[in-house]
Amino acid sequence: MRLTYPDSIRIIRLPCTGKVDVILMMEAFRKGADGVYVVGCLEGECHYLTGNLRAKKKVEYTKKLLDEIGVGGERLEMYNIAASDGPRFAEVAKEMHEKIKALGPSPIRGALQNKEAA
Amino acid sequence: MIVAERKPIDEIIEFMRDCKKILLVGCNECVTVCYAGGKKEVEILASALKMAFMKEGKELEVEEVTLERQCDHEYLEEIRKIIDEYDAVVSLACGVGVQFMAEKYFRTPVFPGVNTLFMGVTEERGVWAERCQGCGKCILGETAGICPVSRCAKRLLNGPCGGSTKGKCEINKELDCAWQLIIDRLKELGMLEDYEKLIPIKDWSTERAGGPRKVVREDLKQ
Repeated sequence: MRLTYPDSIRIIRLPCTGKVDVILMMEAFRKGADGVYVVGCLEGECHYLTGNLRAKKKVEYTKKLLDEIGVGGERLEMYNIAASDGPRFAEVAKEMHEKIKALGPSPIRGALQNKEAA
Repeated sequence: MIVAERKPIDEIIEFMRDCKKILLVGCNECVTVCYAGGKKEVEILASALKMAFMKEGKELEVEEVTLERQCDHEYLEEIRKIIDEYDAVVSLACGVGVQFMAEKYFRTPVFPGVNTLFMGVTEERGVWAERCQGCGKCILGETAGICPVSRCAKRLLNGPCGGSTKGKCEINKELDCAWQLIIDRLKELGMLEDYEKLIPIKDWSTERAGGPRKVVREDLKQ
């Protein structure tokens, strides 16, 4: 298909979104990610039955935590895309890229850059 | 188990506004089971606190440790050698652990990271409910194993009040009437005649009304 998606996106592969833990998402932001999105299989089609549904709840919880500390829960999202749906994967990547670009750099990345510059 | 939930992060940050280096201490017992203060919650809170400080252009050094228990000397002793390196301790144990930590390490400020709520059960994953108030004089033997002290809003000892409707309590339609549960279970056990037995006026001096309580076992005491 030779589809393209923005090069700002770094993919971290996991066996199932059920493996995504709150701390993994939090640490991504602490290390300077401007945004994070979790891509799981379509709801009802998880190979492990409920992995993506559990991920959804953890994403919701983490969004609230990010709001609490002022990083902004809107920087974290979850999408459900079929493994065979390449075009949708590329579309979501662009959508997330645009959304984060509009939000600007995360306040944590700014702090990390200031620290490096000092 | 003792059920607790994490305090709002703002409140925790306020405790340590002037700190540069803190020790975040989890507990492997009850608060781990109710996902409030175990190893995982320590990791998450450490990450959140560091980010909250970074956002303000400040730096907070957070060391993490999770003890087997915080309500016993032997486990609390494990941090004696390192405690002086920190400006403060945030304990994610229940109120018991926080206090024992503060008693033991008198010169170090100790702050709570959770609100301690009640003694309860895991009704289902993610749902905890109160079952015991530690009244000091258990009457479960007379009430079919269902406690009206902890589960009846009025703590009635001889049957339901007028607010019991269709098995639910008047304070909350989702809440079972404890006395309905007791009657149902007595019926099931074929012991409904026990419902007629009057429970005498309760001696509340064994509860908090009698002041802080203590148990001394001379056979075990050193």
